[in-house]
Amino acid sequence: MQDMDSPATYLHWGFILISVPNLVVIAGMVVLFAIAVVAPFPHGGKDDDGGR
Amino acid sequence: MEAARTEPANWTLRTRQWIDRRLPMDHLLPERQPYFVGSWVYVFGVATIAALAWVVVSGVVLAFMGPQWWHASQLGRFVNSIHFWSVQVFFIFMVLHLWGQYFMAAWRNGRAPTWIVGVVIFGVSILTAFTGYLSQQNFDAQFIAVNAKDAMNAAGVGAFFNVLNFGQMYGLHVMLLPIAVIFFVAWHIVMVRMRGVVKPIDAEGGVKR
Repeated sequence: MQDMDSPATYLHWGFILISVPNLVVIAGMVVLFAIAVVAPFPHGGKDDDGGR
Repeated sequence: MEAARTEPANWTLRTRQWIDRRLPMDHLLPERQPYFVGSWVYVFGVATIAALAWVVVSGVVLAFMGPQWWHASQLGRFVNSIHFWSVQVFFIFMVLHLWGQYFMAAWRNGRAPTWIVGVVIFGVSILTAFTGYLSQQNFDAQFIAVNAKDAMNAAGVGAFFNVLNFGQMYGLHVMLLPIAVIFFVAWHIVMVRMRGVVKPIDAEGGVKR
């Protein structure tokens, strides 16, 4: 279990400085976005133009 | 001129006809969506709104009960956490929504104002979250305020936006800024409904401008 009361670990490459929690959140967002693009959406019939 | 001759003199009728033209009810509350809306990418926007609803509801409870309650009682800490984490979810989905709209160039076909209002929502939301961090009534809030004051003064806004003034930050956080966020979100949704969801770039053979 992560200790939430201690300062976060930071990663440092050159001019890039980011905390591990922030990096995890950003990586999770990229993964979620990729899943949203490729995952099939239920009831997505092609015959429905929504009247527009 | 045809339009000038048929223009009614009555401003309420003119307003109603303008709204009917720009925003008919079948656009405001459609029962169907175009087939290309069948993608999880379109869920990010509504997920952002759902998170905002949780932020507002938990925020109203916190404002009603006060800092002693949200720091000292078990239920208060729970509602405080709901408020904090729903803000995290709000920002995560707002940025995912931003990515989705950026990659589909959602500002096409006269939708630039919708995009611009979205940018304004992002900016006002950051201010709202910032004043929220300053309103926690704990050491974290004091640390942020003491460090942020230098940035505010360097930017030249310290005289109007005093991060060390709890009353000002709290008032902005619970009243003015949430009203602004909700107003701009409502405006954003109405504009989306006025023009419908943007078509994919390759839907009709190339980008339509």
